[in-house]
Amino acid sequence: MIQSPYIRKPASVQRVMFTVLLALTPGIAAYVWQVGAGILVNLAIASATAVAAEALVRRLRGRPIAPAIGDLSALVTAWLVVLCFPPIVPWWVTVVAVTLAIAAVKHLYGGLGQNPFNPAMVAYCAMIVAFPSLMSQWPPAGGLDFATQLDLILGGARNLDAITGATALDALRTGLRGAESVDAILRQPPFGTLGGRGWEWIAAGYLAGGLLLLALRVITWHMPVAFLATLAATAGAFWLANPAQFASPLFHLASGGAMLAAFFIVTDPVSGATTPLGKIIFAAGIGLIAYLIRAFGAFPEGIAFAVLLMNLCVPLIDMKTQPRVFGHRRGKSP
Amino acid sequence: MTKRLHRFKGGVDLDYHKAESAGVPIRSAPLPPRLIVPLRQNARSVAHGIVTAGEHVLKGQRIGEAEGVLGTAVHAPTSGTVIEVTEHPMAHPSGLDTHCVVIEPDGDERWVALEPLDHRSIDRQSALNRLREAGVVGLGGAAFPSHVKLGSGTGVDTVVINGAECEPWITCDDRLMRERADQILAGAAILSDLIGAKRVLVGIEDNKPEAIAAMRAAAAAQAAPIEIVAIPTVYPAGGEKQLIRVLTGIEIPHGRLGTDFGVQCFNVGTAAAVHRAFALGEPLVSRIVTLAGNVERPGNYEVLIGTPVASLLELAEPRADTDRYILGGPMMGFALPDLSVPVIKGTNCVLSASPTLFPRSKPPLPCIRCGECARACPAELQPFELYWFAHSRNFGKAQEYHLFDCIECGCCSYVCPSHIPLVDYYRYAKSEIWARERETRAADGARERFEFRNFRQEREKAEKAAKLAAKAAETKAKLAQTETAPAPAPTEAAPQSEDDAKRALIAAALERAKQQKAAAKPKNTEDLSAATLAEIAEIEARRKALGLSEGDAGDVRPALPTLPGPTTAATPPAPPGGDPEPLAREDRP
Ligand code: SF4
Ligand code: SF4
Repeated sequence: MIQSPYIRKPASVQRVMFTVLLALTPGIAAYVWQVGAGILVNLAIASATAVAAEALVRRLRGRPIAPAIGDLSALVTAWLVVLCFPPIVPWWVTVVAVTLAIAAVKHLYGGLGQNPFNPAMVAYCAMIVAFPSLMSQWPPAGGLDFATQLDLILGGARNLDAITGATALDALRTGLRGAESVDAILRQPPFGTLGGRGWEWIAAGYLAGGLLLLALRVITWHMPVAFLATLAATAGAFWLANPAQFASPLFHLASGGAMLAAFFIVTDPVSGATTPLGKIIFAAGIGLIAYLIRAFGAFPEGIAFAVLLMNLCVPLIDMKTQPRVFGHRRGKSP
Repeated sequence: MTKRLHRFKGGVDLDYHKAESAGVPIRSAPLPPRLIVPLRQNARSVAHGIVTAGEHVLKGQRIGEAEGVLGTAVHAPTSGTVIEVTEHPMAHPSGLDTHCVVIEPDGDERWVALEPLDHRSIDRQSALNRLREAGVVGLGGAAFPSHVKLGSGTGVDTVVINGAECEPWITCDDRLMRERADQILAGAAILSDLIGAKRVLVGIEDNKPEAIAAMRAAAAAQAAPIEIVAIPTVYPAGGEKQLIRVLTGIEIPHGRLGTDFGVQCFNVGTAAAVHRAFALGEPLVSRIVTLAGNVERPGNYEVLIGTPVASLLELAEPRADTDRYILGGPMMGFALPDLSVPVIKGTNCVLSASPTLFPRSKPPLPCIRCGECARACPAELQPFELYWFAHSRNFGKAQEYHLFDCIECGCCSYVCPSHIPLVDYYRYAKSEIWARERETRAADGARERFEFRNFRQEREKAEKAAKLAAKAAETKAKLAQTETAPAPAPTEAAPQSEDDAKRALIAAALERAKQQKAAAKPKNTEDLSAATLAEIAEIEARRKALGLSEGDAGDVRPALPTLPGPTTAATPPAPPGGDPEPLAREDRP
């Protein structure tokens, strides 16, 4: 006999996940518009892989399959993997990455709700370490037609120099290595007004979706605000100190996966901190580490590594930031 | 009414369904063929029965005497004949039996002679005693004796009267406020006098405008400083701590009394009962009960204590697809295991439930740490953390995370997208912790008894040795005497037998003392177990219920592990601090 309460809010994991998928669509639409429809092919491949991997692992674990597919969480993981990856990455990279995310990162730790690391970010880090060149071939916005994209995704011959440019972050890094000033670099073709040309629109799409999630109270303000503010503040500090060497905060906010991360990746509830203060610390930590990797590290985009590093700190952060309990005085947390 | 209100964190918005039963005036429930009046009035006290089968009683006649600090008197709810004094299931999730007086009404409803009393004409202690003798307890649900609540207070300046009634469906307080506002306010004034308060605040959720209007009209006619405050409708605004917080800004932590903070809270029904106990001299023998849910004729009834729920339900005509009955509201009530249980003083509502009205919850998914529960928790806890700890039987950690601050309001379960029966886990964890504490206490008691026996045996040995020595000395002296002056033979026997008699006397006295002490010791624990008997059984029942409740829940562990043997150290409460549990997430099932 299950006891009270006998009534429940019409909420479900499925609903939460569906809302997240829905909130991703403005960003995806901008992606298709600016970069091309190849991303849709990748999304389809990733979704199919995710469902298959989820079903397979659950069968192996002897658990019922239907509810797990129905909760849509595997699809969210799959979509995030695709959106972090270059849109022309060969199909098998997507398959390997999604399988890794679902089977290893999620299920080896016990399935939904149990994984201490963000599955999409583990997949990203694993792939960029394993296939550094494939993972850094980004087509310039509008530079490739759909047929070419499809051909590349399906494993066509890659004439690298002809088809791919660097991302804005890449170009900035290479440029700085070549001792050019930021201003000079930013006048080059990959750059638009704020970040990478075209990619600004995609970032705006993610921002719109993120605001939807905030409005629907699927996420709280703590993480996006703390993440973006820290990223901007750190970037701003370096930029003010030496504008010739460091890009502006706006550039950093609009580039790479900053917006996607702020609203969809950092905010992953399962692997993130949960207390209000903990969320702020967690997301600020990601913003800081991500900037440092971008500016000084070996990889152009540091968010994925930053997320994994902060995932490690979650139990400690949560433990140390237990909020005050009703009627108790502040600071008497366990 | 420009009072500045405070907020409590958390809470949820619900579908209140109040209109269904709030529209109809209070009606009197007809006399049932039998009344079953439990002598147990709350978890900690049972009244001492003073009637026997065959006796005729009058309405309001005392049938149970108040016993113990938390005891209150019990009265015959109507005139009639005592059929028997027997064990009967009571209104409790466990359906556990308790001592009840069964009365067959004679239909005359003849009262005993009632003696109205002005509380101002007697001293405070006598006034409190009047409440105790009138059997006045909190009518909000907890049935805590009112004289105890009043008695603990000095320095209380605010009396809060709880008319919030935040649970969905329940409207008994709403109707009471609409129809008997003056009684409530008169009672509130008495309570305020008895506790020495300077002001009375009545909190009513703003979804009851009629009640607010009626209470305001009545308050305007009163001299006493009584303020009627409309508070925002948020479940659980009627929780005592939440209401006090909203009205005064004071937060009362778990384990502390309102009186420590200068505020005490009473339900509107209690206030009305206090008024009747003084102004009319009437003991508490009836209360208002809401009948609602899946019924044809919802409404509120004035019901005699002891009326079986089954006969009460007939009045509301439950629909055919009713699958169970809930005592209390849907958020905190419980499904009745047995419809023969009687209405007691804390019974505010009987809900008829159907699968469409209260759908069975879906199988739970694992927790996704979304934090919805934490945002909804009015106690500002982290329910999902408590859930992990309760689930992994890490009760020490659960306590450290303030498990006992949980008021079991159900908000967390209500919002959880994974449909985890969170509150069930907290009830389970609490009962486990209580069980362990009882075990330790029992073990302590046993050790004490053992030590005392050793001590007594030593003492007796010493006493015996001393006596023997004394006797030897005496005999020696006598022998010396006989040697010097020969005496008749029996003289020796006389002191001997005298000595024997003395010894027998001493032995008897010692034996008595021994028995008394031996009796005194176990009596403490007996007393304790008697008082907590209900709790124990309830816990057992819950444990069973929980064991069954889990079913196949996907990733959630199939069933909670069953209770460990009495003193197994297999799963000792985790030592506070230094416990790696939260870090070792693989441990999470
Ligand atoms: S609401 Fe449910 S799923 Fe969300 S954190 Fe709380 S227990 Fe977990
Ligand atoms: S039942 Fe307990 S943990 Fe859940 S919301 Fe209420 S007080 Fe908080």
